[in-house]
Amino acid sequence: MNASILSAADRRRPWLLLAPSLITLFVLMILPIGIMTIFSFYEFVTAGVEKEVFTTQNWRDFLTDPFYHMFLWKTIRVSAITAILCALLGYPAAYCIAMTTYRHKWVLLLLLIVPFWISFTIRTFSWIHILGEQGAINVTLLKLGLISEPLPMLYTEGAVIMGMIHFLLPYMILNVYVAIEGIDRNLISAARTLGCTAGQAFYEVVLPLSLPGLMAGLLLCFVLAAGSYVTPQILGSTRDALFGNIIFDTIMGELNWPMGSTLSLVLLILLGAVAAVYSRYMGLSRVFKGLGG
Amino acid sequence: MSLDTSTSGFGWRAVQVFTVLVYIFMFAPIVVVIVLSFNASQFGGFPMTGFSLHWYAKLMQNESVLRAFQTSLWVAVVTSVVCSVLGILAALALVRYEFPGKEWVNTILIAPALVPETVLGVGLLLLIRFAHQPRTLWLLVLGHIMLALPYVVLVVQARLIGVKRVYEEAARSLGANRFQTFREITLPLIMPAIVASVLLVFTISFDNITASMFWRPSGVETMPTEILSMLKISISPEINALGTLMIVVTVGLPLLGGGLARYLARSAR
Repeated sequence: MNASILSAADRRRPWLLLAPSLITLFVLMILPIGIMTIFSFYEFVTAGVEKEVFTTQNWRDFLTDPFYHMFLWKTIRVSAITAILCALLGYPAAYCIAMTTYRHKWVLLLLLIVPFWISFTIRTFSWIHILGEQGAINVTLLKLGLISEPLPMLYTEGAVIMGMIHFLLPYMILNVYVAIEGIDRNLISAARTLGCTAGQAFYEVVLPLSLPGLMAGLLLCFVLAAGSYVTPQILGSTRDALFGNIIFDTIMGELNWPMGSTLSLVLLILLGAVAAVYSRYMGLSRVFKGLGG
Repeated sequence: MSLDTSTSGFGWRAVQVFTVLVYIFMFAPIVVVIVLSFNASQFGGFPMTGFSLHWYAKLMQNESVLRAFQTSLWVAVVTSVVCSVLGILAALALVRYEFPGKEWVNTILIAPALVPETVLGVGLLLLIRFAHQPRTLWLLVLGHIMLALPYVVLVVQARLIGVKRVYEEAARSLGANRFQTFREITLPLIMPAIVASVLLVFTISFDNITASMFWRPSGVETMPTEILSMLKISISPEINALGTLMIVVTVGLPLLGGGLARYLARSAR
């Protein structure tokens, strides 16, 4: 009803404001994904050269080659482990920050934001100093005489997962924190008055009401972990490569653009499906909130 | 009062101790980098053999690090200016206007934060390959604008929702045109969010490595890719010194900016 009294200029105005961003994203994100789809059906000739003919060879290669399946499966497994460990570590911390009566709560919140400002590369390689042969753990254990040989902890899958948890944990804590902070405290008091123990009040009230935040955190951690390839490059051996590393090597190393496009689309479809299932049940707006926090 | 036992008792104690451990987990490795940057030893790891500023001095003479720093600085400054302008305009449209297809627009604007960076990285490379364009620094700038845009939109949007429309309507009814209203009323009121998002974009761009590995012109290193290639050679103490300097800059800048934003918010009121 309001729209009818708006002039044409009024209706055009929001689109004028949006035009620069939408055009930018169309050219830089949507169009390239379209080109990627076309390239995935091109024929690979030799490094850096492809023939512009229609072939389903790349997709058949992906579907039949166990090499790709192995890395795809491993990426899903490693990302799931990372996301779940983030939840186990992050939930109690978020609960504590939300519930604390500590006067300088803002310091705790600020400390959650600070990691976002510290270079991801530096945060990742800092684990070399913890897990490496010259790292804090090995040097301490050797000095105490508990071990005679340095433990091989760096350049393993465990180290890769450790690095990813370290980088994703703040996302998880912030998401859960926002959810718990939004719970009406009177509900907890009510549950207690009605005879719940502190533990029951947690399981019956706080946990279910904070579940959407936890799920948003799990989604973000899983998606960001599955898309990463720098962490395995710094903290893993060649055996610990993830799907992102395969994509990078296929494109930047082998210059196989058609196969690289195919693999990129596989990753996009996989993570898109995960996000779609999530948004079907939860709605994506919470993830936006988590990102903005 | 006595009913609220959710913050007392053994369980709560355990949660508190656990939380402290989580914070230690998050910051211990970073502290280790800072401490080791002052290590006199010629190796990057433990043990500490003495205090020295030697590695900082050496860093200052490292030509390729300085060049990478300049590249990253230039890219980050250009990105944060352009990206903030785009994001503010988009946020204005999303908060101040109703129009069909708003949900879709919102989703598209946020999408770069959710699409894996690897995919965005490959996509942009394919685009310039398709258009037969060379890889220049502008590709890096364009890519970073795309990556950071969702964050500007989200931050400015959140602030704009909190700015009441009545101020703008008052200005309009007193005879100000749209542009004057924006400049005199809206802009000062959302200034804290703008400062915050400029700094956020700067950090996102300065710190980006995943997509930058695809986009950087051959032979050009940004700060993070330079660190990565240094790591491949050896874990030299120079990397620790470089890391420490970057931490000082990237943590110090937003803290300064946050203070500035708070000051602006107070004086705008």
